[in-house]
Amino acid sequence: MRYEMNKKRVIRLSGVLLYFAFLLWSSMSDFQPGIAIGRNFLSFAFDMIKIVPCAFILIGLFEVWVKKETVERHLGEGSLFMGYVWAILLAGSTVGGLYVAFPVAFTLYKKGAKLSVIFTYVSAAAVYRIPMTVFEASFMGVKFTVIRLLVSLPLIILSSVLLGRYLKKKGFEIHDGD
Amino acid sequence: MYILFALTGTGLILSLLKDRGKTMDALKTAWKKFSKILPAFLTVLILISVILYLLPDHVISAALAGRNKYLSLLSASLIGSITMMPGFVAYPLCGILLKKGVSYMVLSGFTTTLMMVGILTIPLERKYFGIKVTVIRNVTGFLMALTVALITGLIFHEI
Repeated sequence: MRYEMNKKRVIRLSGVLLYFAFLLWSSMSDFQPGIAIGRNFLSFAFDMIKIVPCAFILIGLFEVWVKKETVERHLGEGSLFMGYVWAILLAGSTVGGLYVAFPVAFTLYKKGAKLSVIFTYVSAAAVYRIPMTVFEASFMGVKFTVIRLLVSLPLIILSSVLLGRYLKKKGFEIHDGD
Repeated sequence: MYILFALTGTGLILSLLKDRGKTMDALKTAWKKFSKILPAFLTVLILISVILYLLPDHVISAALAGRNKYLSLLSASLIGSITMMPGFVAYPLCGILLKKGVSYMVLSGFTTTLMMVGILTIPLERKYFGIKVTVIRNVTGFLMALTVALITGLIFHEI
């Protein structure tokens, strides 16, 4: 078992090393595709580096300061409609994208939020982030954005409720990134 | 972006003033979570950098501007699912395509899958939800995006 794990790790590590060796070789021998890929990597890495550390610090503070009972009461099994409203408001204020929503989802889960509310949060964080929505409306028109938001909202809640119900029966758990 | 920095800074300072030990715990938790997920982040970044090279803007534009609306919607949604772009890149591109005559429906399919379906972020998502739920969530997202796009098309009288 342990040997298997290490083998997987070695393969992954050599893949990553190969990738960076390729980028290095490309930049030295002026190989355009490699340079373009390297540029893509840097621009996305830079975007994430601006957001991810802040997101994890806020998650850490949330875990330390917010009581389990508070989350349970507002987002847990007993919460009715308002749980979804909170999930959508939280989603609206999420920055970055899904890569921030997943660790937040785990923290909510650990604090006692119910699965349907968590899945609503994750899907809503994909489509309802406020800065992005405003930006979208300015390019595509308000009508386009409003249709998207209004049509997706009931679908998101419905599918999250169904998924939550199904997974609860199966004893599903969210993991902390491992 | 600055709001995020300000919020994190203020949160940290308030927390430090109230309880130093707890703040240290929070930072430790943050670091632990971050370092655990870092390899998956790296994988995702590598995948994005390669896919975006293989699908540059002009290829995406060509796929979205096809003659058959429904085929364009399908290819737009598939491309949206396998790529990842920040909004400040995607929306200006869509704005240009809109002026070129690409339908709202196709652009809706593209932007909605871009946001809701993340094939490239599967290595990350499965670390939290497991592979099965990750697949269910992404397939559901894809179907939702198609629904949103079709209704957009109906309302704009494109179909």
